[in-house]
Amino acid sequence: MDAFTTHTGRAVPLRRSNVDTDQIIPAVWLKQVSRTGFEKGLFSAWREDPSFVLNDPAYQGASILVSGPDFGTGSSREHAVWALQQYGFRAVISARFGDIFRSNSTKMGLLPVVLPGDTVEAIQAAVEADPSLELTVDLREREVRWGSEKAAFEIDDYTRWRLLEGLDDIGLTLRAADAITEYENGRQRWLPTTA
Amino acid sequence: MGRTLAEKVWEQHVVRRAEGEPDLLYIDLHLIHEVTSPQAFDGLRMAGRKVRRPELTIATEDHNVPTVLGPISDPVSRTQVETLRKNCAEFGVRLHPMGDAGQGVVHIIGPQFGLTQPGMTIVCGDSHTSTHGAFGGIAFGIGTSEVEHVLATQTLPSYRPKTMAIEVSGELPVGVTAKDLILAIIAEIGTGGGQGHIVEYRGEAIRKLSMEGRMTICNMSIEAGARAGMIAPDETTFAYLKGRAHAPSGAAWDTAVEYWRSLRTDDDAVFDKVVQIDASTLTPFVTWGTNPGQGAPLDAAVPAPESFDDPIARSAAERALEYMDLKAGTPLREIAVDTVFVGSCTNGRIEDLRAAADILRGRRVVTRTLIVPGSMQVKRAAEEEGLHEVFKAAGAEWREAGCSMCLGMNPDTLSPGERSASTSNRNFEGRQGKGGRTHLVSPAVAAATAVTGRLTAPADL
Repeated sequence: MDAFTTHTGRAVPLRRSNVDTDQIIPAVWLKQVSRTGFEKGLFSAWREDPSFVLNDPAYQGASILVSGPDFGTGSSREHAVWALQQYGFRAVISARFGDIFRSNSTKMGLLPVVLPGDTVEAIQAAVEADPSLELTVDLREREVRWGSEKAAFEIDDYTRWRLLEGLDDIGLTLRAADAITEYENGRQRWLPTTA
Repeated sequence: MGRTLAEKVWEQHVVRRAEGEPDLLYIDLHLIHEVTSPQAFDGLRMAGRKVRRPELTIATEDHNVPTVLGPISDPVSRTQVETLRKNCAEFGVRLHPMGDAGQGVVHIIGPQFGLTQPGMTIVCGDSHTSTHGAFGGIAFGIGTSEVEHVLATQTLPSYRPKTMAIEVSGELPVGVTAKDLILAIIAEIGTGGGQGHIVEYRGEAIRKLSMEGRMTICNMSIEAGARAGMIAPDETTFAYLKGRAHAPSGAAWDTAVEYWRSLRTDDDAVFDKVVQIDASTLTPFVTWGTNPGQGAPLDAAVPAPESFDDPIARSAAERALEYMDLKAGTPLREIAVDTVFVGSCTNGRIEDLRAAADILRGRRVVTRTLIVPGSMQVKRAAEEEGLHEVFKAAGAEWREAGCSMCLGMNPDTLSPGERSASTSNRNFEGRQGKGGRTHLVSPAVAAATAVTGRLTAPADL
């Protein structure tokens, strides 16, 4: 996983709610068996519209997506996270995320930042007024800063630590291998196996 | 203080708990399909890891498979399916490939084999894993990184979600089904209403549902934003499980049932959130928009965006009406559709096919109508009852098992601008094919719609 400590970059305002993972990466892109090349599929249907915000030259090279509420709802496809990262995004700001998308993001080092809806709108308005505006997403301080403004966000200590260190979950879990074996020895005998 | 069903099942599976860390949760069953697993197996290979418990893992081919006999013509889809076969062979995972008698949609085959049982933890790289909660376990969708984690460790580090009760009082009126109920619930609480929660569906109307109906309800928990949905096991659950291939038998059955009976929310347990729904006032329910919360009774009209107070809901409605090419005020019954789809992990079980057949018996369809059994076993059961003859006589297409038109990954898709009445679970833009327009409906409404060509309730015929 990519570590995330602090990131400064320009932002794209995505003024839509319920941006489901089918929009982030349509299903036809999920047929790949590799982990790369998904940037071409990012918002591929919406990007066909020349007026879609990602096509606006003013926002080229932006690395923080600032979206309406309920971002990443729907399908569990982690490809949505890969597509956002491979396109160049490091963080997504929204008032609410789909649970699975949020979890997938933290496994990959794409930071999901939850801020109140009016704060998200204030950031969108600031970026629309000045697309060159830089935002800093600071995971150490758990805050987003832009211009003379700042807003604190919440993230649990454990997820924050994993992201700051870029730690691999499987490696961490395998430290508890003995506890897993002990648990397995106590499982009920009637529980099914696929054998 | 008492505990909720979700808390009981969760506590039973905690391998390790430490201050300031998520619980390490044991996973009893891991379901796999071709789409979200290839990169996970690659990860294992790169790290030199094995599948820790292949005998708690089962794979099927569903998302990419065509529903007409023959090979997969799309080379990219074919490679993905062949990759699954290679991975299952290499890592020793049981696989039900296309053409196999046990093949089917991943959330249909777990219950049909009796692998899905009360009190279990079940995961799959697919958001509709919530389906399995209908048996009283905790079942939820995960991403590919977590698929790899479960393959390697049979556990997941997870924070226990909050608990939410959806109490459905009264009885569903005749002609109103589990699908109508869950669509009404999602419209009520919204696509984010269940976010961060495990929902337990409770109350008289839920108790009276069959296992098929309960699976339809739990299946769409994710459309309400919930991490999982569950229903306490009861005699209906036990009767469904008894005698299935992987259900306990003999003395083990009695021991299991005794434990399963303890899996209910204590009377003095407290949920973090409670929602009340009265089933007796419900009518057939359909969606008009592009998220599953944008639904209304079939008796209603397409809503005006101005009727939403919340500016975000208003702009979402404006955008949805534009995409769906609908005008505010149009009665929903006047919406003409091109295609009807009956199937998917939401409504591809035998009871769903019976409901569609009851409407189509002795009638003719006027739209393209795909009837797709959720598994090969469902297909056989339907054919033993002669349902396939009913569908064919009505002019509908009787297909092989698969995800089919639910998600636009196989040859069954909508063309741009084409409109469907679909028993699947998502009406997102382009979900059933780029530019396609989806109305989510129950199997009975789907069949009635196929007969008239417009959104129709069975009672209208």
